[in-house]
Amino acid sequence: MDSNFLVDFNEGVAKFNLSGRLDTTNAPALSDELKELVGQNVEKIVFMANDLEYISSAGLRVIVFAKQKMGVDTQVFVVSPQQDVLDVIKMSGFDSFLKILDSFDD
Amino acid sequence: MIRIDTYPTHTYGEFQLRPGKPLPFGATIVPGGVNFSIYSRHATTCELVLFRKHESEPFGTIPFPDEFRIGNVFTMIVFDLDYEEIEYGFKMDGPFNPEEGLWFDKTKILMDPYAKAIGGRDVWGEEPDWDNTYQHRARLVYDDFDWEGDRPLETPMEDLVIYEMHVRGFTRHPSSKVKHPGTFTAIRQKIPYLKKLGINCIELLPIHEFDEFENSRISPVTGERLVNYWGYSNVGFFAPKTGYAATGKFGMQVDELKTLIRDLHKNGIEVILDVVFNHTAEGNENGPYISYRGIDNKTYYMLTPEGYYFNFSGCGNTLNCNNPIVRNMILGCLRYWTAEYHIDGFRFDLAAILGRDQNGAPMHNPPLLETLAFDPILGKCKLIAEAWDAGGLYQVGSFPSWGRWAEWNGKFRDDLRKFLKGEEGLKDTMMQRLQGSPEMYKWQGLGTCASINFITCHDGFTLKDLVSYNDKHNEANGEDNRDGGNDNDSWNCGCEGTTEDEGINRLRKRQIKNALSMLILSQGVPMLLSGDEIGNTQFGNNNAYCQDNEISWLDWELLKTNKEIFNFCKNMIAFRKKHPVLRSNIHFQNRDYVGSGYPDISWHGQKAWQPESSPNDLMVAFMLCGKHAKGGTVDDDAIYMAINMHWEMHGFELPKLPNGVNWHIFANTGMESPEDIWKIGKEKKLVDVDEILVGPKSIVVLVGR
Repeated sequence: MDSNFLVDFNEGVAKFNLSGRLDTTNAPALSDELKELVGQNVEKIVFMANDLEYISSAGLRVIVFAKQKMGVDTQVFVVSPQQDVLDVIKMSGFDSFLKILDSFDD
Repeated sequence: MIRIDTYPTHTYGEFQLRPGKPLPFGATIVPGGVNFSIYSRHATTCELVLFRKHESEPFGTIPFPDEFRIGNVFTMIVFDLDYEEIEYGFKMDGPFNPEEGLWFDKTKILMDPYAKAIGGRDVWGEEPDWDNTYQHRARLVYDDFDWEGDRPLETPMEDLVIYEMHVRGFTRHPSSKVKHPGTFTAIRQKIPYLKKLGINCIELLPIHEFDEFENSRISPVTGERLVNYWGYSNVGFFAPKTGYAATGKFGMQVDELKTLIRDLHKNGIEVILDVVFNHTAEGNENGPYISYRGIDNKTYYMLTPEGYYFNFSGCGNTLNCNNPIVRNMILGCLRYWTAEYHIDGFRFDLAAILGRDQNGAPMHNPPLLETLAFDPILGKCKLIAEAWDAGGLYQVGSFPSWGRWAEWNGKFRDDLRKFLKGEEGLKDTMMQRLQGSPEMYKWQGLGTCASINFITCHDGFTLKDLVSYNDKHNEANGEDNRDGGNDNDSWNCGCEGTTEDEGINRLRKRQIKNALSMLILSQGVPMLLSGDEIGNTQFGNNNAYCQDNEISWLDWELLKTNKEIFNFCKNMIAFRKKHPVLRSNIHFQNRDYVGSGYPDISWHGQKAWQPESSPNDLMVAFMLCGKHAKGGTVDDDAIYMAINMHWEMHGFELPKLPNGVNWHIFANTGMESPEDIWKIGKEKKLVDVDEILVGPKSIVVLVGR
């Protein structure tokens, strides 16, 4: 379980590392870290999801919240999610504004 | 704004509490905690029992402090709960006196009637832990959702083509080739199919939480497990069935269902829910304590003076629908589905029960039905009643309607089936059915939309089986074929069941097309049974309520095998949607009121303008004048339909059209594909033709332009 998600914020690109589980126990912490970025000219939010094994409703809502708070011009990416996690994102309908990528190069 | 009431004021053990709000009922996430609210008229005390998900022992039991109670409502806020990980229940104490209708037992853990999500049957068919004392467990939900601007579609009712579907059965068969078969999300993958077919409304068999293991037993015939497959038995009215969601095991069924509805709406498809407010899964005196019995038995159930359960549902108990408290619960429930899930309408199972009073007697002005008819939130919802019950109350044509309630027209089903078979003496009746049954519904205030026309539904034979079997074959249900209706008005076309005989198979195909033509081109609202468009069969089982297998699962291979029927159905639906004259919401007057020279509808026989000129009662023809479309406000083509259910071919003299207008042939069920039906705009022009020949047991449809 991660307590520190943000790994890099450079030239408008904020990279977050998600691993293990993202649920009610740690989603609020991620939400706080995202809130710190509001107003700081974020063009892209990138969630590196290769090691993310499980995302709950609370976790999904934090990612949506990121998009809503940052604004229309900010793009949100989820990179290399595991199949089960990707399935859940699509089935619960939270994928409409996300871009799913296999990899992300700056 | 900073609220001053989001902090605990009391402590109980390790729990922090605060007086709650009585509304909304149930469990609501509030800042810092959860607001619990439950009412009971006759309970003396109530405790909240908290579990971690799936654990058999609770981690906390908190009595509702009496100083928090408002009226008969127990309420409190509990702080610092993990919303996703807890399950909750109630223990209620009070008198145990069944003769007085009181069944309080404080050892039982009871499910919240207002639970928005329910655990315990998370994955369909997964064997439960039978030793668990709390089988159906209430959970919390997030009610936020991004609808992306969606709202109920408010499609005019006369424009609906309803498709009755079972969530699991629709995609569970391996031939469906979807990811996560048998679930809400799987339906999304079939949206292109539904659009191609042309339907614009799906009516779902119960999707509220029910127990598939209720009355489960092993079939003595097949050795397979029989389950409560259709779901006409209620555990929780406010929760979608977890086992129908692919994400159910993660607790995301609410989002998954809302996403499905959002997708359907984006594609112009309405959603009607089959709701079962007539009984619950608690059965009679011998049934389990799930919820209502232990919370407020006397309020929720219709009881005899001796305290026994009335059984107007045939399922053990009857919900006390016109009790003011239960009435409010039902209203609250429908408002919830409409506002929170954007549901477009509701079909009420055994709706005659909703018109019985607390002693079971039928009422003239049932308060519940009136409340629902006039409720503002439900104001644009379709309300459809299955206007009978299992206690002998048959109200088709007389259901209290206030101009808002439509009915499943059981007479349409019966009369069309008889006529299709070739039963004599039905011409006058058919003239009524084809026009939206004005003799039944003209004075109800809903026009033709009062009549939901159907020939098949989940109850009874599929359309394919209706023309393949004279008798029911329900042995697989394990009741010696005693279950299921006997008055099917079906006809096997010469041989019982599957046959290699080409003549019989051709006749069956023709009969299916005949049925579809009459259903789709009648005034009123047509409802099709899912699978009928591809000739789906249940192998003669007309009561497949317990068959969770190939008997009731849609076989998608049939889309290839029977693509001729699919093509016919699809084009017939497209024809209905193209021609407003087929979708009048007011009953025809049978006269010319726009001065076109033709009545809005006119009847014909072998001779034009003379419906009595046919040699028998098995031939009827009508013409619709296009200038009378939508009460004369819209211009449409003329339509002529000749129905010949007799054994022999007959000529029908065609009514003359004005100069420059010609009849074109749109469909002829007597012909083999591709001459059985034409695409819109490609109908074949008939030149210098005064008469058409309609083959034995065939229907011809012409369009005049």
